Amino acid sequence: MIIGLGHYLSVAATVFTLGVLGIFLNRKNVIVILMSIELILLSVNINLVAFSTFLGDIVGQVYALIVLTVAAAEAAIGLAILVAYFRNRGSIAVDDINLMKG
Amino acid sequence: MYQAIVLLPLLGAVVAGVIALAGARNRFPGEDPPSPPDDHHAGTHAEANMHGAPVAASQHGSCSAAHGPGAHDEDEEHEPSAAGSLLAELVTCTFLVISCVLSWIAFFDVGFAGHDAHIPLFTFITFGDLHSEWALRIDSLTAVMLVVVTTISSLVHIYSVGYMEEDPYKPRFFAYLSFFTFAMLMLVTADNLLQLFFGWEGVGLASYLLIGFWYHKPEANAAAIKAFIVNRVGDFGFSLGIFAVFYLTGAIDFDTIFAQAPGLVGKSFHFLSWNVDALTALCLLLFMGAMGKSAQFLLHTWLPDAMEGPTPVSALIHAATMVTAGVFMVARLSPLFALSADASAFVTFIGATTAIFAASVALVQNDIKRIIAYSTCSQLGYMFVAMGVGAYSVGMFHLFTHAFFKALLFLGSGSVILAMHHEQDIRRMGGLRHKIPFTFAVMVIGTLALTGFPLTAGFFSKDAIIEADVTAQGAAASYAFFMTTLAAALTSFYSWRLIFKTFYGEPHDRRHYEEAHESPKVMLIPLAVLAVGSIAAGWPFVQIFMGHGADVFFGTSLKLTEADTLFEEAETLPIAIKLAPTIMMLGGLLVAWQFYIRRPDIPEALARDQRPLYEFLLNKWYFDEIYDLLFVRPTLWLGRLLWKGGDGFVIDGFGPDGVSARVLDVTRNVIRLQTGYLYHYAFAMLIGVAAAITWFMFAGPHG
Repeated sequence: MIIGLGHYLSVAATVFTLGVLGIFLNRKNVIVILMSIELILLSVNINLVAFSTFLGDIVGQVYALIVLTVAAAEAAIGLAILVAYFRNRGSIAVDDINLMKG
Repeated sequence: MYQAIVLLPLLGAVVAGVIALAGARNRFPGEDPPSPPDDHHAGTHAEANMHGAPVAASQHGSCSAAHGPGAHDEDEEHEPSAAGSLLAELVTCTFLVISCVLSWIAFFDVGFAGHDAHIPLFTFITFGDLHSEWALRIDSLTAVMLVVVTTISSLVHIYSVGYMEEDPYKPRFFAYLSFFTFAMLMLVTADNLLQLFFGWEGVGLASYLLIGFWYHKPEANAAAIKAFIVNRVGDFGFSLGIFAVFYLTGAIDFDTIFAQAPGLVGKSFHFLSWNVDALTALCLLLFMGAMGKSAQFLLHTWLPDAMEGPTPVSALIHAATMVTAGVFMVARLSPLFALSADASAFVTFIGATTAIFAASVALVQNDIKRIIAYSTCSQLGYMFVAMGVGAYSVGMFHLFTHAFFKALLFLGSGSVILAMHHEQDIRRMGGLRHKIPFTFAVMVIGTLALTGFPLTAGFFSKDAIIEADVTAQGAAASYAFFMTTLAAALTSFYSWRLIFKTFYGEPHDRRHYEEAHESPKVMLIPLAVLAVGSIAAGWPFVQIFMGHGADVFFGTSLKLTEADTLFEEAETLPIAIKLAPTIMMLGGLLVAWQFYIRRPDIPEALARDQRPLYEFLLNKWYFDEIYDLLFVRPTLWLGRLLWKGGDGFVIDGFGPDGVSARVLDVTRNVIRLQTGYLYHYAFAMLIGVAAAITWFMFAGPHG
């Protein structure tokens, strides 16, 4: 069968959903949150590239590269925050991050 | 001159009041007053003085004023008199004596020379149809009252100089006494109902202030507020009466009302689907005020409790003047009462019932002042009986003579109380006639006058009332005749019981008996004057109060048309009826002699055997308990319901408290959104994004 645009979009949607679910269904590990964020960004990238291919416009792929850069920078900072947090609190269980509880 | 009579006491009151206030500022500059060094005496005094409860001694500062009169012990220090006491006493007494002299001049001028006067002072209210002027109306009725009020008041002022010698708050006392006199004078010189009501309320206020003069005593405070509230009930009826007068006649000054009164006969007005006879309703409402002020049956409960005040207060207010305000009011409104037979019959009925009720209660009382208080209540009943049968001048005559001998009895008992170091229970007295012979003599004179011994003042006035009952028509008058005659016997019995238990027999309290001494001259002189009055206020005045001279003397100030027939018929009564009161009096005297001099065991045996009857009389026919059950408790219950339930639960609950509680509820639920968990916040964001997309999908591109 011909792999059309729809298939790519479905894959991206699936990955997106997995990423979103990974943020709230997880209570144990902050790193999983960072990974989920990467998944979300990945799904966006897949969408951009798919449209770029099927519409013949190169802008999609350029933009995908920008997104990739941003994702990398953000992952780095996220891990840095995580390490600093771990040094202060001694745990990275998401359940324990409730100092802002009102 | 008349302005001087009325305004001098006011001036005296103001001066004494300023002295009192200035002294108070010096005495209590804002810090706690020093505690007196004599607390350990509170115990002995409490049991010697049945009114000075030990709880009063725990009040702040002025301990000697707290156990009020009990500041008389050998080595006890008490608070020094207020600064300026002497000046206050001098000023008030002098002004009052001047007022008294002027009143006697006025009495002869107005009564015999017929120089009635009407002195407008200023316009008070002009509002639509209501035009009220403040004016002094001086006619014969006023002149009689002026004489009574100022004479008794000036004698009481002079007496109080001696009686209140050790009290530290004399300026305040004299200020209140003079203020009371001013209010009473305003009442008797009133030209319209509003002014009369002003004086009415003024004397009520003065009564409250004076009964509660020793305000550190809780009983005094309770008695003062009781007097004021019971009076208020009467005043409510009185106010309604004034409103009805205005509604029916369009005016409140006496001349207009009396002119329109005959036109109101037979008219009725519509009230809540009833048709009530106008004049009867009017007179009944106005009489309700008199019932409260003069302590008649049903509104009498305040008078015995009012004895918590100092004895001069009892003499002035609750014997001679304030309680006679009701009698005066009925006399002043005699043109109205004369036109309403039903109201007059009711007046007679109430008066007769009061006479017998109060006399029966006085039989078993043990406090010397309470016996005399019930005696006053009873004698006021006599006055109202006379007013009710139409013999207004006879009622005024009894008011006139009663003022003298009742004030004498009260002041004399004050002298006894002082001699016994503030002991008021007659069971603890005895054999005092050797120790205080002058007081004994004047008390005997007062008792002779009260019981109607021939030739004393009381004889003429009291017998006249009883004779008027016989000659008057109607069921009420017959009822009144039996009641007043029976009450005469009871009056004699309890009056002589008081004398015998106080002055004869063995002394029951040896210590007080040893220390008993005669009062100072400043107290004995008023007693002497009143004793002379008790005898001399009778015979010389018979002609102007009764008989044909009454017409000439009173002129238009009293409605005397029926009285003429009464007096004529009274002269033709059978001798048995004329002698009946005297026989009753002698009977009472003999029984009292038997009970208290010859066989003192009889009263105790009687009290033991007839326990229910004794308790019934001792507890004043259980009126206080009945009123407590009927009025006080429901009112307190209602008050509590409205306070806790209505105000607290409903208003506060739905208002401020409710709103704040709901705000807190909402907040508590909102707080649950702030979990602090990042993933919850992310989830919320996702929900928001989904909702926004859905909205835009359905709202369209232009939404």
